[in-house]
Amino acid sequence: MRVDLTDTNASTVSSALLQARLRAGSPTMGMVLTFVVVTDESTHDQAMSDARTVSMEHPSRILGVLRGARRGRPRLDAEVSVGQGASGETVLLRLSGELVDHPVSVVTPLLLPDSPVVVWWPTNAPEDPARDPLGRLALRRIADAAAATRAPTEVLKRRARHYEPGDTDLAWTRLTPWRALLAAGLDQHPVRITGATVEATRANPSADLMAAWLRCRLSVDVDLTVSDGPGITRVALHSRHGDIALDRPDGRLAYFTIPGEADRPVALQRRVTAELLAEELRRLDNDDIYQDAVQVLALSGRGRKRKAPRPPASESSAPPSARVAKQTDTRGRSKKASSS
Amino acid sequence: MSLGSNPLRDPQDRRMPRIAGPCGLVLFGVTGDLSRKKLMPAVYDLANRGLLPPGFALVGFARRDWADQDFAKVVHDAVKEYSRTPFREETWQQLAEGFRFVRGEFGDGASFERLRETVEELDEARGTSGNHAFYLSIPPDAFPDVVGQLKEHGLAAGDGSSWRRVVIEKPFGHDLASARALNNVVSEVFPPESVFRIDHYLGKETVQNILAFRFANAMFEPVWNSNYVDHIQITMAEDIGIGGRAGYYDGIGAARDVIQNHLLQLMALIAMEDPASFEARNLRLEKQKVLSSVRIPERLDLHTARGQYCAGWQGGQKVIGYLDEDDIPNSSATETYAAIRLDVENRRWAGVPFYLRTGKRLGRRVTEVAVVFKPAPHLPFTQTSTEELGSNALVMRIQPDEGVTLRFGAKVPGTAMELRDVNMDFAYGGAFVESSPEAYERLILDVLLGDPPLFPRHEEVELSWKILDPIVQWWADNDKPEPYSSGSWGPASADEMLARDGRSWRRP
Repeated sequence: MRVDLTDTNASTVSSALLQARLRAGSPTMGMVLTFVVVTDESTHDQAMSDARTVSMEHPSRILGVLRGARRGRPRLDAEVSVGQGASGETVLLRLSGELVDHPVSVVTPLLLPDSPVVVWWPTNAPEDPARDPLGRLALRRIADAAAATRAPTEVLKRRARHYEPGDTDLAWTRLTPWRALLAAGLDQHPVRITGATVEATRANPSADLMAAWLRCRLSVDVDLTVSDGPGITRVALHSRHGDIALDRPDGRLAYFTIPGEADRPVALQRRVTAELLAEELRRLDNDDIYQDAVQVLALSGRGRKRKAPRPPASESSAPPSARVAKQTDTRGRSKKASSS
Repeated sequence: MSLGSNPLRDPQDRRMPRIAGPCGLVLFGVTGDLSRKKLMPAVYDLANRGLLPPGFALVGFARRDWADQDFAKVVHDAVKEYSRTPFREETWQQLAEGFRFVRGEFGDGASFERLRETVEELDEARGTSGNHAFYLSIPPDAFPDVVGQLKEHGLAAGDGSSWRRVVIEKPFGHDLASARALNNVVSEVFPPESVFRIDHYLGKETVQNILAFRFANAMFEPVWNSNYVDHIQITMAEDIGIGGRAGYYDGIGAARDVIQNHLLQLMALIAMEDPASFEARNLRLEKQKVLSSVRIPERLDLHTARGQYCAGWQGGQKVIGYLDEDDIPNSSATETYAAIRLDVENRRWAGVPFYLRTGKRLGRRVTEVAVVFKPAPHLPFTQTSTEELGSNALVMRIQPDEGVTLRFGAKVPGTAMELRDVNMDFAYGGAFVESSPEAYERLILDVLLGDPPLFPRHEEVELSWKILDPIVQWWADNDKPEPYSSGSWGPASADEMLARDGRSWRRP
């Protein structure tokens, strides 16, 4: 059922949620997290719909925060719905007037008790998500550099400099199948990699992250070249014996190459946002591998084409800095230690 | 030049899925229902989730006069109809080049010679590197032939670094003797770690959910014993009849079909002590330990019950009785409902009976484990206010909506002090966004990864037969099963069996 509240406040929204649940016969709650979606007028439909899809796998209370115009008197409108194609509860909060600068005051009373908070910026995430007022509430902060309206790769690099454990980016999530296949390629053909090439559209943050990850793991130079896309079109690991490579010219079907063997087709379709989010929500602890990659990226942003700053991680699985950060974060429940 | 370990892998990188190494799957019995409805779609779904290696090969072996393309067509149709993930042309393209079909008979050496050539050709053309799993989706009486032929034609053992594995479906025999005979046949050819016994009722997800629930929490373990638990009911009810499985089912019956593997495995998971670790070996040790302390009732007439469904109405549909099903002899004494009491003789469970029941054409399809607690030692309320109050219960729902239900007493709102039972529900997340893989997918992936922890080994299979054999034997020597009407919760004798112990079945 759906309830529309105009000119309201958080406690009215809260009791509307309770009423809606009672009226639906108190269906099973079982919600595992609060999912805050920071959105705007033009994107909120799609973003809320993606969040609802994800809630089928991760039942959650979805709080859409829609910041409207700063003009006029402070005002909060809310659309509360329970059920309706989502597993859990959905609230779209429309903020306007001076209230747009104080979304935390609205969100705080509506967080589920004693369970994780995840915040997602579908388009323009703050440069320093961990210090953003809403970001500060969250255990996990999901940005999407590729969705930034301007200079996505610059956005990614600037955010990398502010990296805090718990930050993540859908540009990184998009790489998981690529990374898995490359690792499988190296399993099958264990050779020393002497260099690598990543080919993608211009200003593709995923390509930057792929290059950073390869630099970091393999301690080799990685060339970034530009293609017409879509997305990443080729990643190749060079060795004396030839290339271990993945070519994906059409964004759907890739060709997997291993030295001395015939090319093989492998499905590597671009995933929809809901699938990416579902992967993000599966683990709420610190992603050490992403941390390593963004740190390489943050350094490379200052001096061009720096070599990898640390030896390959085959001996020690994560750099000391990552381990320290991990310890502050292992139980996941407590708020991020700002000292880490 | 090779490196010791793969620098792109890191145990911390838990986002990265485990893709099986280069390998192929050989399906025996491709024309069966299971192959079409479960195995082929599962292979496709795995590929769609990016969990199969590029170059994966699927070989079909059957008597049909098919070419590779005909086989591919069969797989294509099965996938279109039954797969859980959307059909994508690119995933299909990835798989399609790896389909092969070998026409042959199980007893014919030449057929297996062709199979060997096919497998070698795949190693060459698709890079399967000599790693092959043989899935025997065939009747157990064909096992000796097939397994023997695999050995004879050098298909049963890999060379050096490559592996060969065999997958067997339940039933693992129909009694202790036949289970041993079957095991001898298989173990002569394949070492124990290469044999995967699949009980598709008990998905890995469920097993892991039970283990997590029991051993990751502090609040349940203290009451998980005879001090607090009154008894435990394990139920697997089906609403369907035997369908087209007459040939298999008649003479086997509910106890052998379901209790021996599924319910006893569930019981072991619920009753076992905490394993030293979650490694395959330690889990098996604990399950074996508890299965070997199971004692069957002395009076089998009082503590077991069986039934056979007769015609009636199930879920709004008129259905026929077991004896009217096709190919079932009129005199059949096969039970379609079985209920037994088991006791576990150890410190934790002494005096706590486990009631196991299963049946076809029951009220609804449900599988659950209910831990029923003892009444509170003292109730500081008047007799009238607690009349409606039952026992506390913790129910692990396994099918169809996996989750946990906690039943406890609460006050009915109002001025009178009136207590009644309420339920608190938790549901494991739904299956959407291509998230939760189906049981067969997990099973096949485990086989391809060589990851055996939750498959029963033959020791467990034999222990379960030791428990069940005397009961089934006693039934065979005494009378026929009692008829029950379709759509009910079983024969009256099952209710009497619990009433004798002063208890009653939960309506699941």
